[in-house]
Amino acid sequence: MAVNTGLAHLSDALFTTAIATYSLAMACYTAEYAFGRRGRVAATSRAEARVLVGAGGPSVEQPVAEAPARRSSTRRAAGERLGRLAVVLTVLGAAIHLGSIALRGVAADRVPWGNMYEFSSVAGVIAILAFLGALWRAPQIRYIGVFVMLPVILLMFLAGTVLYAKDAPLVPALQSYWLAIHVTAAAGSEGILITSAVFTVLFLIRQRYDAVTAGAGRLRFPVTLGARLPAPETLDKVAYRTVAFAFPIYTFGVIAGAIWAEAAWGRYWGWDPKETWAFIAWVIYAAYLHARATAGWKGRSAAWINLLGFGAMTFNFFVVNIVISGLHSYAGLN
Amino acid sequence: MRAQATRYVRLAWRRLISMRTALVLLFLLALASVPGSLLPQRPLNPAKVDAYLRTHGGWGRFLDRIGMFDVFGAAWFAAIYLLLFVSLAGCLVPRIRQHARAVARKPLPAPKNLDRLPESGGFASGDTPAAYARAARAVLGRRWRIVQRDEPDGVVTLSAEKGYTRETGNLLFHVALLTALVLIAVGRLFSYQGSVIVQQGQGFCNSPTAYDSWRPGRMAADGRIGPAPFCIDSLNQFTATYLTDGEPSKFSADVTYSKVLPDGTDGPAIHHTITVNHPLRLEGDRVYLINHGFAPKVTVRMPDGSVQRDQATFLPTDPSTFLSDGAFQEQGPQGAGKDVGIEGFFAPTPAVGNDGGVTSASPQVDNPVLGIFVYEGTLNPNGLPQSVYSLNKAELHRIGQANLRIGQTARMPNGIAVTFDGWVPWVSLQVSHDPTQGYLLIVAVTAVVGLIGSLAVRRRRLWLRITPAPAGKPDSPTVVAVGGLARSDTGNFTTEFAGVLSRLRDAATPIEPALVGAGKE
Repeated sequence: MAVNTGLAHLSDALFTTAIATYSLAMACYTAEYAFGRRGRVAATSRAEARVLVGAGGPSVEQPVAEAPARRSSTRRAAGERLGRLAVVLTVLGAAIHLGSIALRGVAADRVPWGNMYEFSSVAGVIAILAFLGALWRAPQIRYIGVFVMLPVILLMFLAGTVLYAKDAPLVPALQSYWLAIHVTAAAGSEGILITSAVFTVLFLIRQRYDAVTAGAGRLRFPVTLGARLPAPETLDKVAYRTVAFAFPIYTFGVIAGAIWAEAAWGRYWGWDPKETWAFIAWVIYAAYLHARATAGWKGRSAAWINLLGFGAMTFNFFVVNIVISGLHSYAGLN
Repeated sequence: MRAQATRYVRLAWRRLISMRTALVLLFLLALASVPGSLLPQRPLNPAKVDAYLRTHGGWGRFLDRIGMFDVFGAAWFAAIYLLLFVSLAGCLVPRIRQHARAVARKPLPAPKNLDRLPESGGFASGDTPAAYARAARAVLGRRWRIVQRDEPDGVVTLSAEKGYTRETGNLLFHVALLTALVLIAVGRLFSYQGSVIVQQGQGFCNSPTAYDSWRPGRMAADGRIGPAPFCIDSLNQFTATYLTDGEPSKFSADVTYSKVLPDGTDGPAIHHTITVNHPLRLEGDRVYLINHGFAPKVTVRMPDGSVQRDQATFLPTDPSTFLSDGAFQEQGPQGAGKDVGIEGFFAPTPAVGNDGGVTSASPQVDNPVLGIFVYEGTLNPNGLPQSVYSLNKAELHRIGQANLRIGQTARMPNGIAVTFDGWVPWVSLQVSHDPTQGYLLIVAVTAVVGLIGSLAVRRRRLWLRITPAPAGKPDSPTVVAVGGLARSDTGNFTTEFAGVLSRLRDAATPIEPALVGAGKE
């Protein structure tokens, strides 16, 4: 089965275009973050929510939040416009990115996640989609988009340079429909967990910022970023929700991997380094979910556990694939 | 004294089943797994462990003594997960009892002041309390468990609760984990695994003696279960397909197999093609295509003039080019010191290597070369088991060497001659048996379903207090107060409650505008 090189090249071009579009979006998010006033968007949407609750209920008086101050400055309007532009660019970038992934699959007539480059690309687009999904539910977090774009662009840059592998057919071990199931679940959950890690870092920054402004320690970068971040409770909740969403998918991905391993390697579990680290990350995320429900572990401790889980997952992807040899060594890097 | 001891035991037990202990054990479990991926592991790769031990001296022996080369079989690893599961069981039993009680119990009566709850609201209705209660129950539908209670003065209250699935799912998930551990343990007792190299044209029967490597579980080792009765009669053909760039695209082994019938005779011969990812499943066993390689064929003229034909399995030393090594051992008359031994390499696509010698450029076969080093003397002088892939050269001396293409003959001293006749492929087949893995899959799926329930479903409580118009004011409307409480994962409960409240309000019969004011509290 030959690879359609024309389509493969087009896929590569779209990949680069997607990075460029994301970079523009990140610039806009950054501008909004810098120019837009913190809390303004949040305050507006909160007020809207109150009105909705009270609407049509004449017998219930709802204290409507004070309307946001009308000192409409041009700077703020510019921030708002840039924020909207950023979202448009993000959606556009995601569309181009998805096109790149789809074309790569079409070019080689297979699922387009057979090596580390492709896996990173898929995980990246999932992270973007997870952020867009979070944005849909909580529009007030828009201006922190920069913190999601940054790791995704970094990941894609690594994918396009260090991890890049030419479009090629799959080796016999990967010729299974389980590739589509197992790797989709893995890339999907890991993409979402990237988003969760981002919100966790922001949560820690905001919490530290609150502690510092209350009189403990000195205000230094990156704690200074906390000045414009949403409330710690919001960040913590989004981080938890994303893990709660990704964890069953991740679990399913591991089980799908075990089913595939049974068909390919003769056993469902063999403590191959990749399996071992998938287990380690799973156990740590399980600990995170438990910690969030345990007195004394909520908040900061739980947040660090989340980051530890993310660390194990990242280690599993980069170090185990590239440095430690095992049955999963088909990174496409030789 | 005894009471004191009981108290300590009870205290220790409570500690063990606490969430904190479970958390610590989870961390320990993750931490304990790390060396299993960083150090070579004996069950996965014994040769690498030996190499590590050779190069690390005392440190290596110390690691070996504390089980670092078989982490997942080590006692301390087992101690961690067993403690974790005991802690889990200790936590689960009371929670199952508690949950069963909660499911059986009716939702709690409505509090007096619903506006003290985290979420509350109210509106007026033109219906009588009983009629509105009916309407509200219809609005809430079957997802809520609802109990209606009548209070004095004609007040009707509704207590609604939903989201029991959350705890059900949570318990299901954890029970499934416990079951999985038991199934894995039972599976290991009853499992066995054998692997064998089969040259094209040969076959084997499923019995421990047929295997090059036989790894029985406890039951198979004790002879309490035997391998399933079947024979792979013949490897008819092995085919490796490659792309133009030398990457493999397909491996397939065409075999004929037969089951052994209960009366001991062979069943009908059946054709089957085993490929990577598609094992042959029969009689509860699975036959996998694990590896492949080349078995060169030679004709050797011995010093006494007799002719011996042989084919020997050569093992790939380079997985990307399949340059392979192996040996031929030709016995002459007993004790005459006239045996012929040949060590050699097989290059499927020969190329000149960096050192000027022959190496291989590709795993595909293209005018292959067999490189031979020929020895004469006594093979295996001490009669001990000896590797078939190399020679014991204690009583052998080299008499010559040559690189042969197919059909070429190398003539050596003493009338010895070696002809390279060709080659056949061999495959490494693995037969595995684990009677519990099907059940384990069911348990795993159950665990995921439970997990989704425990993370996606939210526990909610809702109360409605429906107060009729005060006596003597028949024109006043019925007043409905609603209160809500999120028992888990508060999430967007404010929005959620607002939605329910507005649907409840829509179900009320509108009242004439003049009455609105009167309905206000």
